[in-house]
Amino acid sequence: MSGNMNLTLKVWRQQSLNAPGKLVDYKVKDISEDMSFLEMFDVLNEELITKGDEPIAFDHDCREGICGSCSMHINGRPHGPLKGVTTCQLHMRSFKDGDTIVVEPWRANAFPVIKDLSVDRSAFDRIIGSGGYISVNTGNAQDANSLPIPKDDADEAFMSAACIGCGACVAACVNSSAMLFVSAKVSQLSLLPQGKPETDQRVLAMVNQMDTEGFGACSNTGACTAECPKEISQGNIARMNRLYLAASLGGK
Amino acid sequence: MSKLDSKIPEGSIEQKWTKYKSTVSLVNPSNKRNLEILVVGSGLAGASAAASLAELGYKVKCYCFQDSPRRAHSIAAQGGINAAKNYQNDGDSVYRLFYDTVKGGDYRSREGNVYRLAEISPNIIDQCVAQGVPFAREYGGMLSNRSFGGTQVQRTFYAAGQTGQQLLLGAYSALERQIGMGNVTMYSRHEMLDVVVIDEKARGIIVRNLITGAIERHFGHAVVLCTGGYGNVFYLSTNAMGCNVTAAWKAHKRGAFMANPCFTQNQPTCIPVSGDHQSKLTLMSESLRNDGRIWVPKVQGDTRKPTDIPEEERDYYLERRYPAFGNLVPRDVASRAAKERCDAGYGVGTSKMAVYLDFKYNMMRYGRVEAIKNNNPNADDETILSLGKEVVKEKYGNLFDMYKQITGENPYETPMRIYPAVHYTMGGLWVDYNLMTTVNGLYSLGESNFSDHGANRLGASALMQGLADGYFVIPYTIGSYLSNEIMTKPISTDHEAFVEAENKVKANINALLNIKGTRSVDYFHKRLGKIMWDKCGMARNAEGLNSAIKDIRALKDEFWKDVRVPGFNEEFNPELEKASRVADFMELGELMCIDALNRDESCGGHFREEFQTEDGEALRDDENFAYVAAWENKGNGWDLHKEELKFENIKIANRSYK
Ligand SMILES: Cc1cc2nc3c(=O)[nH]c(=O)nc-3n(C[C@H](O)[C@H](O)[C@H](O)COP(=O)(O)OP(=O)(O)OC[C@H]3O[C@@H](n4cnc5c(N)ncnc54)[C@H](O)[C@@H]3O)c2cc1C
Ligand code: SF4
Ligand code: FES
Repeated sequence: MSGNMNLTLKVWRQQSLNAPGKLVDYKVKDISEDMSFLEMFDVLNEELITKGDEPIAFDHDCREGICGSCSMHINGRPHGPLKGVTTCQLHMRSFKDGDTIVVEPWRANAFPVIKDLSVDRSAFDRIIGSGGYISVNTGNAQDANSLPIPKDDADEAFMSAACIGCGACVAACVNSSAMLFVSAKVSQLSLLPQGKPETDQRVLAMVNQMDTEGFGACSNTGACTAECPKEISQGNIARMNRLYLAASLGGK
Repeated sequence: MSKLDSKIPEGSIEQKWTKYKSTVSLVNPSNKRNLEILVVGSGLAGASAAASLAELGYKVKCYCFQDSPRRAHSIAAQGGINAAKNYQNDGDSVYRLFYDTVKGGDYRSREGNVYRLAEISPNIIDQCVAQGVPFAREYGGMLSNRSFGGTQVQRTFYAAGQTGQQLLLGAYSALERQIGMGNVTMYSRHEMLDVVVIDEKARGIIVRNLITGAIERHFGHAVVLCTGGYGNVFYLSTNAMGCNVTAAWKAHKRGAFMANPCFTQNQPTCIPVSGDHQSKLTLMSESLRNDGRIWVPKVQGDTRKPTDIPEEERDYYLERRYPAFGNLVPRDVASRAAKERCDAGYGVGTSKMAVYLDFKYNMMRYGRVEAIKNNNPNADDETILSLGKEVVKEKYGNLFDMYKQITGENPYETPMRIYPAVHYTMGGLWVDYNLMTTVNGLYSLGESNFSDHGANRLGASALMQGLADGYFVIPYTIGSYLSNEIMTKPISTDHEAFVEAENKVKANINALLNIKGTRSVDYFHKRLGKIMWDKCGMARNAEGLNSAIKDIRALKDEFWKDVRVPGFNEEFNPELEKASRVADFMELGELMCIDALNRDESCGGHFREEFQTEDGEALRDDENFAYVAAWENKGNGWDLHKEELKFENIKIANRSYK
């Protein structure tokens, strides 16, 4: 069941980190509005392979908006035109026949390009490794219901925990700041009683690692929240700033 | 001696694990520092194993093919995780979870393993909560539960429709903590392409760096595979695009037996196929069956809008056929029932291969409760419905959004259309009670092994098993092996076995790149998927399976003559990755059909049309098939080994949900 949309794509092609990159034009035909954006890329890649060209490399896995792999900058916006939607959940019904669509990778110094639309986001893992956890070894836990947690706190922690680590917030920010990502984790853990004991050292270590990785400072433009596919709230950033200040002053 | 010793400890079922734990050989802390363990996979099983083993003091290396361990396929699990906590006071217990799981698996799983799983389950919830996993809670601050299929108690813990995500992020944070402390070395974007076996012991792996193409040799005193399931052999499934069988298959070719490979699960609640462009299918969590009622029109080919079909003209066929469990029958039963209705001409939607999942009834029910809570008991229907929608939104909001995004329809206004899709593989590497395969020192955890779910897995039990294996089983059982390895010095990766394995991997890659045929990898993958779905899918018969085996062999030949893999090895090359995975799927597909053909009975997800009762239920043959079929790879074919299943604590019985 093919459809009837014909589109022009301008896609960033770059063989490897140090190779020069450029936008290359492609025409795709007979696209159905029920296809996802990535399925449209599958169609294009299939065509490129059969013609003997190199297919376009891009990251993806779950195609359900939850793994955080997909990462296309579409017409100037991370994950494209819709609010609260990842690239893989964007469907072609959001576009019109005849459209020209520009597709680029995330742009940030801390996310070097691997190839074409695929970038290296391992900086995020290192930030989590610096303190984005509760120090509890397997086997140490007490009965789960021995620590009641008010529903509102649990719900709020859950909202922050919904971050999929995709990096769109960084890609959206003029400063390439990772504040939304980092603050979401800091918030989740500091909202829960289990996470409170380590709050100070966690926030200091994670912010320090964030700076080391080369992410920029936050100037409160709000672009991160606006483009975040999980609509992680900017309130997390304010909370982290408070916690950071308190931890810096605390100086235990 | 038979090669298949399941090593179930002696003693009563309640005592086996406790006794095992208190008598198993230990490795002292200073020796642990000298022992290296390779954990392949970073999903729930892999991340929890790698973190827990590192906490114990072992030197751990962990691998995944995604760009971050947090993106393993477990992240996509939606509905929940079971545990025998009995927080609801509704009669749950370790024994009942054990019983439900064995019965749910249609009496094709091992009692000892399943009992241990049920016994460990409460600890998992404790551990996850301690890590900061934000499970759903009640207003009193206590954990909330929901129901899943195949049970009559509420024992499923959840975090909205994102339970897998939250559990994995918990395990991932434990793993990252150990990485940050230098106890685990993480290799993301690395794919394991072979196991190295020296003197009949697994001693390492060969991996490909997916960015540079470099082929690397890694030594370990033991190798733990946590590499997930192989549902993508069907091309279309609910699994993430990258899920594959390669790691398990390479292990199989090095001597690990594959058990019950034909046992695959179809999830009844998936968004139906809409066109041939489709790259994957999307699950709508089983938990929706808590609050949704499944129906089709009573007359064939009814083209009215679902909302225009009056109540008395709807066939709530699950409630009709299975009054005791209704919409909460296990997956295999619900899937088959949907197929039966659609095959008989009652299906809905453009393809007619779909049934309705309708929330209106329960939205009204919730709405009435809310109206009373709001002191508005006489609210009109519209108000009640909108109050009810809010309740449903809180429980399943992300799933409803996803449905809308994919289909363009609003499930708050009109019923969802659903149809079964390939979802989970109960089969996998054969393991004993220690989770060791038939290769010494080679373990398999999580969905990659066959151990706990028999012929059908109950909902919310895969997350439980993955975390049980990783957090609480392997840390003990690996000690019984490694305590004999403390004198083994690291083996040089110049050893001939490493060289041989590396050469083999390189030769395979070169072969794929040099075919330079005319068709893409996906082209072949789709054709394989179609053969598997048509002939080894929800219903199978001997004739179809025999022809599937022939078709797959022919397809395999064509693949190796005509596939086109662009580019070269020394670069980031996703097409090359796919090609080597699809090559393995072809071989697996053949074995799945052979296994399905061997099993002359119907049980769980394995439905042989020749073996059914008069009213279309699966007809088991306990006399001849109460065994695990474990296949040994002989290069040109397979030898079957049977592990007999003994039921000493549960009376093997007809499985009825009526
Ligand atoms: C959509 C969906 C929803 C689900 N919902 C539920 C639910 O609500 N409750 C429930 O209990 N179960 C659910 N399941 C099932 C459950 O999610 C899986 O069975 C489980 O997460 C598997 O975990 P795992 O750790 O075994 O494997 P995975 O999470 O699949 O992890 C496999 C890991 O192995 C790595 N890997 C694989 N091959 C290689 C290789 N060759 N080299 C290196 N690394 C490799 C991958 O990178 C990955 O890290 C769901 C499944 C799906 C598809
Ligand atoms: S905060 Fe939002 S945009 Fe940033 S990584 Fe998380 S989910 Fe992605
Ligand atoms: S592919 Fe997983 S979020 Fe898009």
